[in-house]
Amino acid sequence: MSEVAQATLTMTRARVLAVEKETHDTFTLTVASADAEALPPFEPGQFSMLYVFGVGELPISISGDPGDPERQVYTIRSVGQATHALVSRRPGDMIGVRGPFGVPWPVKAARGKDVLVVAGGIGLAPLRPVIYHVLRNRDDYVRLLVLYGARSPRDLLYRKQLAEWGRAPDTQVLVTVDYGGLSWRGHVGVVTTLFRQVRLHPAETVAFICGPEVMMRYVVRQLEARGLAPEDIYLSMERNMKCGTGFCGHCQLGPYFVCKDGPVFSCRQMQPWMDIHEL
Amino acid sequence: MEGKSLEEILREHPFLEGFKSEHIRKMAEMALEVQFGRDQIIFREGQESGLFFLIVSGKVALEVSAPGRIFRVQTLEAGEELGWSSVLGEGGKHFQARSLETVRALAFEGARLRQACEQDPSFGYALMRQLLKVVAERLQATRLQLLDLYAPRAAKLI
Repeated sequence: MSEVAQATLTMTRARVLAVEKETHDTFTLTVASADAEALPPFEPGQFSMLYVFGVGELPISISGDPGDPERQVYTIRSVGQATHALVSRRPGDMIGVRGPFGVPWPVKAARGKDVLVVAGGIGLAPLRPVIYHVLRNRDDYVRLLVLYGARSPRDLLYRKQLAEWGRAPDTQVLVTVDYGGLSWRGHVGVVTTLFRQVRLHPAETVAFICGPEVMMRYVVRQLEARGLAPEDIYLSMERNMKCGTGFCGHCQLGPYFVCKDGPVFSCRQMQPWMDIHEL
Repeated sequence: MEGKSLEEILREHPFLEGFKSEHIRKMAEMALEVQFGRDQIIFREGQESGLFFLIVSGKVALEVSAPGRIFRVQTLEAGEELGWSSVLGEGGKHFQARSLETVRALAFEGARLRQACEQDPSFGYALMRQLLKVVAERLQATRLQLLDLYAPRAAKLI
C-alpha cells in the first residue's frame, strides 16, 4: 500500500475517554489512540472519519484544541442510526478513526488581523479549534469576534465556554437564538442581526463561517455589504462526505470534492456554485 | 445620557447615519429622553401607542402573547429602533415590547414626525428611507427565522 493510501485508508483504533452531553441531541466525544502510536495531529477545520464497528462510518469535524492533539474531540448531533450509535458509546469503548482529512481554516492568513467567527447551530463545532488556536496564540491576532446563532437556548453548544471566551481580552462573543422563551434574557433573532452590534474593520478582518448553507449565504451578503473582500471570507461546506479521500464522488460540488478540496473554501472559490439550484 | 446634548446623542445613533445636520437638529427638537426599568412593559400588542424610539442603551424584547405563553421573537439593543409603526400612524402595535434591562431611549411622537415629513419632504425622504431599511432588514430576518435553518433535516417537512 502506498504511503498516501496508508494514511487515508488505514484506521486507527481509538478509545472513548469521555462522552459529554452538550444539548438534548448533541454530544461531545473525547477519544485517544488505543495503540502505542498517538492519533495524528490536526489543524482547525479538519475532520476525521469515525467508525462504529458494525454500524457505519461518518465524517465528523474535530472540535477540540489543536494544541492538545493527543486527545481528539468530536461534537456530534444524533440525527440518525450511525450518529446515535456514536454518541451512545461509553468511556472505554473502542471506535475506529481515519484522518484527519481536508483543507483547514487558513488561520495563518488572519495573523495580524481581526478574526471573525460566525457560526450557526452545530457549525460552531468545526470553528471551536479556530477559537482555541487564536486564544492560544493571542499575540498573533488583533480582535476575536464570535457571532453564534442557534435555534433556541436549549440548542446552544459550549455555553460555559462561550461565557469564558467573552471575558478574554479583545474578544467579543455575541450569542443569539431564533426563538427565546421568557427565561432567556439574551439576544433573539437570526445570526445576521448580530452584525448591528459589532464594528468591523473590513480591510483588517478575516471571517470564518460555518452553518447551514442558507445561513452562510446571508452572512456572506452582510460581510460583503460591510466591505469584506471575498478572499477574506472562508466557509466550511458540509456536503455529503463519504470516503474522505475524493474517491467516491458523493461530495462533489462543481469542480471540487468537498472532502478533499475542502471542507474549507474561500468565498471567492464558492461564489459561482453556492446559488445554483440543486447543485 | 451622560451630559451629552440630544443632538450629540442623535448624531452618534446608527439610525441617523448619513442624515444632514439640519435633519438631526429637527429630530433633536422633537426628541424626549425616556428610561424604562428592567421588565417594564413599554407598550402592549394592539395598543395605540404613538411613540417611536431610538434605543441608546439597554435591551428590549418584542413578544407575542398566545394563550398560556409568550413568544419572544426578537430583541433590540443600543443603536436600534423600536416602534416604527408609530411613524405610519395606522393601527396598534404589532408586538408587546418589554425592557430586559434598564433601557434609555429617545422617544418621538409619530404624529409630530409625520407632520415634519410633510412640511419638509427632504427630511421626510431621509426618514422614510431609513425606516424602509429597518423594515426590510426585519422582514429578511423574519423570513430566515421561518426557515428554521437549524432544525435536524429529518424533522423538516420539506
